[in-house]
Amino acid sequence: MIQISDVSHQISGLPILTDVTFTLPKGGITALIGPNGAGKSTLLSLMARLSKVQTGAISFDGADVSTTPTQALAKRLSILRQDNSVSARLTVEDLVGFGRYPHHKGRPNAEDHRLVQEALAAMALMPLRQRFLDELSGGQRQRAFVAMVLAQDTDYVLLDEPLNYLDMKHARQMMERLRDTAREQGKSFVIVIHDINFAAAYADRIVALKNGRLHAVGTPKDIVTRPMLKQVFDLDIIVENIRNLPVAIHQIAPFPERQEHP
Amino acid sequence: MGLALTSILVMALLSLTIGVADMSFGAVLQGQVDDALILLASRVPRTMALILTGASMAIAGLIFQMLTRNKFVEPATAGTAESAGLGLLVAVFFLPTVPMLAKMLLASGFAIAGTVLFLRLLDRLPRHQPLLVPLVGLMLGGVIGAVATFFAYQTDLLQYLGIWTTGEFSGVLRGRYELLWITGGLALIGYLYADRFSIIGMGSDVAITLGLNHRGVMWLGLLVVSVITAVVVVTVGSIPFLGLIVPNIVSRMVGDNLRAAVPWAASLGAGLLLFCDILGRVLRAPYEVPIGTILGVLGSAVFLMLLLGRQSHAVR
Amino acid sequence: MPSDRFAQMALPQTGQAPLDRARARVLILGALSLVALGLFLTLGVPGGAWGFALPFRAGKLVALVLVAYAIATSTQLFHAATRNQILTPAIMGFDALYLMLQAGSVFFIGAMATQDLDPILKFSLEVIVMMVFSTGLFLWLFSTQARDLYLLVLVGIIFGTLFRSLSSFISRMIDPNDFVVVQGATFAQFNTVNIDLLWISLVLCAFTVPVLWLLRHQFDVLALGRDTAINLGLPYRRVMLITFATVGLLVSVSTALVGPVTFFGLLVTHLAYRLLPGARFGPTWIAASLVAVITLVGGQAVFEHVLGFKGTLSVVIDLLGGLVFLTLLLKGAQR
Repeated sequence: MIQISDVSHQISGLPILTDVTFTLPKGGITALIGPNGAGKSTLLSLMARLSKVQTGAISFDGADVSTTPTQALAKRLSILRQDNSVSARLTVEDLVGFGRYPHHKGRPNAEDHRLVQEALAAMALMPLRQRFLDELSGGQRQRAFVAMVLAQDTDYVLLDEPLNYLDMKHARQMMERLRDTAREQGKSFVIVIHDINFAAAYADRIVALKNGRLHAVGTPKDIVTRPMLKQVFDLDIIVENIRNLPVAIHQIAPFPERQEHP
Repeated sequence: MGLALTSILVMALLSLTIGVADMSFGAVLQGQVDDALILLASRVPRTMALILTGASMAIAGLIFQMLTRNKFVEPATAGTAESAGLGLLVAVFFLPTVPMLAKMLLASGFAIAGTVLFLRLLDRLPRHQPLLVPLVGLMLGGVIGAVATFFAYQTDLLQYLGIWTTGEFSGVLRGRYELLWITGGLALIGYLYADRFSIIGMGSDVAITLGLNHRGVMWLGLLVVSVITAVVVVTVGSIPFLGLIVPNIVSRMVGDNLRAAVPWAASLGAGLLLFCDILGRVLRAPYEVPIGTILGVLGSAVFLMLLLGRQSHAVR
Repeated sequence: MPSDRFAQMALPQTGQAPLDRARARVLILGALSLVALGLFLTLGVPGGAWGFALPFRAGKLVALVLVAYAIATSTQLFHAATRNQILTPAIMGFDALYLMLQAGSVFFIGAMATQDLDPILKFSLEVIVMMVFSTGLFLWLFSTQARDLYLLVLVGIIFGTLFRSLSSFISRMIDPNDFVVVQGATFAQFNTVNIDLLWISLVLCAFTVPVLWLLRHQFDVLALGRDTAINLGLPYRRVMLITFATVGLLVSVSTALVGPVTFFGLLVTHLAYRLLPGARFGPTWIAASLVAVITLVGGQAVFEHVLGFKGTLSVVIDLLGGLVFLTLLLKGAQR
């Protein structure tokens, strides 16, 4: 269970997050949505102790991120940031292998090896595993980083826009893989996601942030509605129901003649 | 790797046989005292000093590039070596009677301070300008060097300035190089902590996510790099460019996973230094061209190729 | 893009309001220069030694003024042509190139032949080679507009290291007896100038003054960048060639007279840019040259005759200039 209580955060005097409080149960996928500058990435890095919590508290299964030793946290939660500016020349397998570091501290065993291979396979990276990172395309790199986080094999995985650089096929594959992992291994994913339809299709619950405040928490059916999206994004978006899934048609403005008035 | 080690062995043997004084292995084996003395007092120390310096400076460069996350810097051109030189001058002037080890410690202290200063400056630079990092390093080194020159000028220690600005191995004799064994120990630490330094090279976010004591490892790396550089500066003088070009070559060969890269860097560094030294001894025998000069020509040419090659690579 | 940022810094800003103030400041600088010249000639001359001291000092004075002019001018020309204000010919390894030429000539034609050469003829040849070399090097480096500024700086500095190492290498390769012919200067000596080459240097510098004055407006246009300059009808290639040839000449003069001075040009040009913000090439040029004279002549007078430090002015100047450079880099990176 992730507990976030009364978290506020300022960066050089500017409030980024204000009194954010919510609880997420263990297991499943949580999508974090909101317009640019809503504080999603900041919240994620606070949760992963990449930034110090200024006010409030964040805990994973009761372990407070501010007080729990960082080595212990590394076995419990992992994060992938948005900008992965790794300039080191590593092979894909080496990179993913470093995801096991919190467990083996430099002496990998057979179990570590197996988990690395699993993560590589899950991200369809087996053919690329001997390639260096600087020889990969943006999408391939992105998958390698996600594989690294998966190899860390933590109960909680925080991903900041993991679908960046991915084409349609790999984006869908990745979301399916994450959903399967969540179901089969009981892991919890918190994912910042911009494509609202991916959130609707794969998330078990959605957390909407706006202007640094919590706006709503609920199931996709609760959140992906025309009025709610209008509140969160200040944008009028048609939402259709297709195969029992809410689908937002956000690319085009609703034409007056298309509006359904009886 | 086997090939690399064999060629180092061959060069080490070659290095043992070259010199102004007559000496032959046959004579040593026949029990000629003079020849044995030359071998033990001058040739073996020199060859050992070359291997230790080459290996440890290459590893220092490798770790430095991980700490700064930049491929175009090395301690000998980013303020660390210059700071160590300044520390040596200060030690010679204020504490002329203390033993060499104490002077070395003071130089190390200065080197650490200089490296910390450089890393602080780096925090203020934007990440997306990788070429700014070596520039600021070179300038910082230049400014510290100017302070040292001024100090040397005022205290009549200009000849000491020469000692650390150009590395030279002709003065290496038994009893005057043993401090270099410290660098061997530090290089070993570099190998033992290779995984941690590799993770540091991926940035603080990744390091924290993997539960690494980021600050602690940064400080360890800083210490290893600074002390290696200071010991080298104090005993044989500054060895420029070695710590820059060897890690770049190794990176292209085996990548940046230090577990694999450290042994390669050590062998290539030692081999390169042995080669340059042999070259310096035979080019103009019986005189010697200092190794710093040879590395200056060779290293700056390779660095230019790296820089301009990077450009065409980026275009492609 | 940092190159754009530095480029903007180099743009002359319009606005005539501070013109009178600029003129007043140039006049003040002129007066201060005269004071510096006077101090240099008279400070600390022992009584009765005037007949000996004055001609001796006058020669040194002319040399220092020439060096001040040459460094300030070459730096400012370089700034206009490359559209940035943090590079100088010295930082780009120019003076190292000159020293390498000297070592190379000893190596290839031998010390005896080198010494037998008429110094003026030898110097003229060196200047010509420098002009050709600098024009070639910089046209090559700056032929593409899109080049990253920091790459250029770095390449320049490493070229400098390469030239310095090569000249030290060459001087080791020549006979140790010839070694003395090539003085391995690592920093400038303002108190021991090379008087032999004084007259030819004076003639060369005097020749550049009217040329640059006539071209001063073209340098303003040049600073707008290649495309704009061509659009405004500037014979771009020709002006660039003249600029870099002049830079090569002036660097030869200053390096021959006192040795390599890395950051002096940066220091004085930036003082001039500060004193005359937004001024055109012409007034800035005068101001930079005057600031250089005040710093070099006044500084040498004070250092030599008041503080009693003989050769340290160049070290202090390089230290200050180095700090200016570091600040510029950090400031440029901040924005």
